[in-house]
Amino acid sequence: MTATDLGLPTLQGGLDLVPHTDEPQKAKEYKSDQEVRWCPGCGDYVVLNTVQSFLPTLGLKRENIVFVSGIGCSSRFPYYLNTYGMHSIHGRAPAIATGLATTRPDLSVWVVTGDGDALSIGGNHLIHALRRNINIKILLFNNRIYGLTKGQYSPTSEPGKVTKSTPMGSVDTPFNPVSLALGAEATFVARALDSDKAGLTEVLTAAAQHRGSAIVEIYQNCPIFNDGAFDVLKDKDEAAQRIIPLRAGEPIRFGREGEYGVTTTGWGGFEVGKVSEIGEDNLVVHDPSIPDTAYAFALSRIGDQHLNHTPTGIFRQVQRPTYDDQARAQVEDARTAKGPNLQSLLTGKDTWTVVG
Amino acid sequence: MSTSANGNGALSATRATEISKLDRVVIRFAGDSGDGMQLTGDRFTSEAAAFGNDLATLPNYPAEIRAPQGTIPGVSSFQVHFADYDILTPGDRPDVLVAMNPAALKANIADLPPHGTLIVNTDEFTKRNLTKVGYESNPLEDDSLSAFQVHEVAMSTLTQGALAETSLGKKDAERCKNMFALGLLSWMYHRPTEGTEQFLNEKFAKKPDIAEANILAFRAGWNYGETTESFVTTFEVAPAKLAPGTYRQITGNTALAYGIVAAGQQAQLPVLLGTYPITPASDILHELSKHKNFGVLTFQAEDEIAGIGAALGASYGGALGVTSTSGPGIALKSETIGLGVMLELPLIVIDVQRGGPSTGLPTKTEQADLLQAMYGRNSESPIPIIAPQSPADCFAAAIEATEIALTYRTPVMILSDGANANGSEPWLIPDVEKLPDLRVTFATEPNAADGSGEFWPYMRDPETLAREWALPGTPGLMHRIGGLEKADGKGNISYDPDNHDHMVRLRQRKIDNIAVPDLVVDDPSGGKARVLALGWGSSFGPIGAACRRVRKDGMPIAQAHLRNLNPLPKNLGDILRSYDKVVVPEMNLGQLAWLLRAKYLVDVRSYTKVAGLPFKAEELQHVFTDIIEKEVVSR
Repeated sequence: MTATDLGLPTLQGGLDLVPHTDEPQKAKEYKSDQEVRWCPGCGDYVVLNTVQSFLPTLGLKRENIVFVSGIGCSSRFPYYLNTYGMHSIHGRAPAIATGLATTRPDLSVWVVTGDGDALSIGGNHLIHALRRNINIKILLFNNRIYGLTKGQYSPTSEPGKVTKSTPMGSVDTPFNPVSLALGAEATFVARALDSDKAGLTEVLTAAAQHRGSAIVEIYQNCPIFNDGAFDVLKDKDEAAQRIIPLRAGEPIRFGREGEYGVTTTGWGGFEVGKVSEIGEDNLVVHDPSIPDTAYAFALSRIGDQHLNHTPTGIFRQVQRPTYDDQARAQVEDARTAKGPNLQSLLTGKDTWTVVG
Repeated sequence: MSTSANGNGALSATRATEISKLDRVVIRFAGDSGDGMQLTGDRFTSEAAAFGNDLATLPNYPAEIRAPQGTIPGVSSFQVHFADYDILTPGDRPDVLVAMNPAALKANIADLPPHGTLIVNTDEFTKRNLTKVGYESNPLEDDSLSAFQVHEVAMSTLTQGALAETSLGKKDAERCKNMFALGLLSWMYHRPTEGTEQFLNEKFAKKPDIAEANILAFRAGWNYGETTESFVTTFEVAPAKLAPGTYRQITGNTALAYGIVAAGQQAQLPVLLGTYPITPASDILHELSKHKNFGVLTFQAEDEIAGIGAALGASYGGALGVTSTSGPGIALKSETIGLGVMLELPLIVIDVQRGGPSTGLPTKTEQADLLQAMYGRNSESPIPIIAPQSPADCFAAAIEATEIALTYRTPVMILSDGANANGSEPWLIPDVEKLPDLRVTFATEPNAADGSGEFWPYMRDPETLAREWALPGTPGLMHRIGGLEKADGKGNISYDPDNHDHMVRLRQRKIDNIAVPDLVVDDPSGGKARVLALGWGSSFGPIGAACRRVRKDGMPIAQAHLRNLNPLPKNLGDILRSYDKVVVPEMNLGQLAWLLRAKYLVDVRSYTKVAGLPFKAEELQHVFTDIIEKEVVSR
C-alpha cells in the first residue's frame, strides 16, 4: 500500500460553500409551527431559544441549514426549527449527517444529540465522525440522565447515582465527553451551559465557522429526572469558584476576583491553585490552536464529575483537512482525469463478438 | 523445441495430436490457498471468453486467507464450464481435475467421474504432505486412481527448471507453477494465449522480472504438452452460438457495481456507497471505488450501521444512496432500513447472501436471507426485493432496483448471493442508449392540500403513492421528517390511532402496487407440462439445466423464475394453480415455499439443500423426474 499526496483543499471556513443571504433574518423565522413538547423548565427550551436567535446571525439561506438528530428528549430539536430537519434513530445521527455533508457541501449540517444518544448507543459513530473531521457541528446536550425513557443512569451519570435502574447506586464509570472527543482527535471541542446565552452563542458561532467536525457539550438541566444537576454552576457565588472560562490568548484564571488560576504540574498536566501562590507568570495562557491534543486533554481533566472545577469555552480549535472535502476532491480529480464514459466502462477491454 | 512463437508472440501448436471435438468441458483447478488457483481459473476463463465459448464459473475457497499449508481446509478451487452452446451452470462435476497437492486431490477426487482426467503435480506428493492429509500410501503409487486417466507432471521441478536462467530464487520460481498448469491446460484445449501474456505483463508492470518468470512458466507448461507426447489427445470446444452481439465476461459483483454506476448516470444523481467490508460483498466496494469519475463516492464506514446511515443521509440530500453487505450486515442495518421505510426515501440495499446463521460460511453461497429481507424489521415495514438470477443479471437488477427506489421513494433490497457474486458468465454488453431514463422530479413548489402555501412532505402521487421529495437547499419547502409516525399529507408527528392504521396500510399498499413484470413460464412442450419448477436467485442455472435434462428424457416440465420477490408478480397465483405440482428448489429450508403457501394456499413442494454450494443439475433432474413419474396423474 502506498500513500498518495491528496493535494489538500484549501477551504478554511465551515460555511465557505454554503449560500449566504443579505436579507436580515429574525429568530421568529426559525420557529416552526410545531408545538414544543419538552417538560416545563427543561433546559432544552433555553438552548432552542439561543439557537433560534443565533442562526440568523450566520446570514445563511435558511433552506441550506439542516438539523439531524437521533433519539432522546433533545433529539426532538429539529421539529421545532424551521429549517430542513431529520429526526432519525438512536445514536445514528452522526452517520446520517456524514452522508449528507459529504454529498452536499452547500449545506450547514448540525447534529443534535444527548449523552445517551451520542455516548452510549452512538459512541462509535461519534468518535469516527470526529476523527474523520466531517464538516458537521454536533451539539451534545448532556443532562447526565436518560430522560425520554424516564430516569435511568447515563454514561455521564456520576458514580453512585441512584436511579430507576440503579437502586443501590450506579457502579459505572462515566465519560468526560470533552476528554472523549479530544481522544478522538476532534478539531473543535467546546463546552457551554444551557443557561449561559452569551457563552453558548459564542461557541456556537465559532463552531459554525469551523471547517470540520465541531462538538459542543452543553450542560443541560433535566427538571424531572435529574433536577439541579448543574445548579452549582448557576449559583452566582458557587459558579465563580467553579467555572473556569477559557479565552484564547488569556491566562486561565477564575474566581470572583480572579484569585484562582491554572498552572502546570510537574508531569505535564494542569492543576488549579491560588494565583497568589502560583504567581501570575506561571499561569497557563490558553491556546486552543496547539496541534497536540495533549494540551486540551489536560485542560479537560481539570474538570471533574462533581463540577468542582469546570472549564467552559473552546478547548481546542485547529485546522485539519476534512474527510468530505478530500473525498469530493478525489471525485473531481477523477472526473478531470477521465470523463464519465459509461459505454466504455461497460464494454471494458476483453470482448468478443457473435455474428448472427 | 517444436513450439514456435508467431509474429505477435502467441504460442501455437504444431505437434500432431489426435484432436477430439467436444461440445462442453468442465475443468477444476485445485490447490493450496497460496497456489493462485483463483487467478489460474480466472485466466483460463478469460481465454475461453476470448475464444467465444459460453461459460460459467464457480470459485470455491476457504474463509481463511492462508489456512495451514497443504491441509484440506486450505484447499482452494476454481471450476470453469465452457461450451459451444448456451450453458446454465458451472457444471456438476469436473471432466478434468488439476490437483496441485495431495490435499487438493483428497478434497476433490470424489467429484471426478470415472474416466475423468486427473492432472497432478507429483512434486507435492511427498511423504510429509501425504501424511498431513491422512493418506497412508501414495495414491499415485497404489491403484486407488485406476478409474481415472492420470497425468503425473512434476510441475514444481519443471517450473524451476524453466526459470533457472532468471534472477528468481528457487522458492519464488516454484510459485509460478500455477502458470505452468495454466499453460498446459491452455495447450490441451487450444486456448488463445495472447490475453494471458498481456495480462501478466500488465499485472506485474512494476516487477518485470516477475512478469517474465510467469510468462516463462506459462510457456513451459504449453511446451510441456507440446513436446512430451504424454498427452496424445487435445480437445477443441468451438465458439458458442449465442445471440448476436458483443460480449464480455463478468462476475456478479462487478455487474452489480456497474449497474449502480449506470443507474446513477441514468438518474443523473451522484452516488454514495456507504458500506463496511464483508465477504462476499466487498468486491462491490472495491469496484465502485474505482469509478469516482462517474460521481461515485465510496464511504468505508466504521460499521454496517454507519454505512447505511451515510447512504440514507445522502439519499435525503438527493443522491442515490447505496449500501452493500451480506446477511450479518443486514441484521445490523435493519433499523435504518425501517427508518428508510418511514422517511419514504430511495435507498439501495445490497445483500450478497452467504452461509449462516451468524458468521456461518462466509465464502460459501446460500439463499436463506429471503425471510430476513421480507420481514427482518420491527413492525409492518415492507420493502421491494429483487433477486438477480445469474452473475450478468446483477446489472439489470441494480437498474431495476434503482428505478423502483426512485419512483416509489423506498428502500429496495437486492438479494444476490455468493454464487452470483463470484461466479462469472458471458454478458451481452448493453447499449447505453437503450438504458432506461431514471431521472427524478424533485419538489420545487409548496403543495399543501389546504392551500396554505406550505410544503407537506407526505403529499403523494395518486398513482404510485410516492411522496413528494424536496431536497434541502430548496427555498420555501423547509420541512422536518423523522422516524415517528406522521400525519398523512402534512407529515407532522401524529399519535392518532386512525391515522396510524391508515399509514401502516398506505405504506403496505404502496409496495404491493409496485408494477413488476408478469412471471413468464418456459414450457417448450406447449403447455403439456403438469409440473412447474419454480425458483429464485442464483439457482436459475441449475434448475434450468435440470429441466433441459428432464425434457431430453421425454418428460415435459415447465420452468419459471422469480426475480421480483416483493411484490410478487400479479399472475403468480394463477400460474401456481394451473399445475398439478409446483416444486420449489431453494438453498434454504423452504422460505419461498413458505411464502407461497401462506399467500396463495397452494401446496407447493419444497426441495431444499443448504450445503454452501449451488444445486447440481443432476440432483434436481432426479427430483423433478421423481415427481413427474410418481405423482402426476396424466390427463
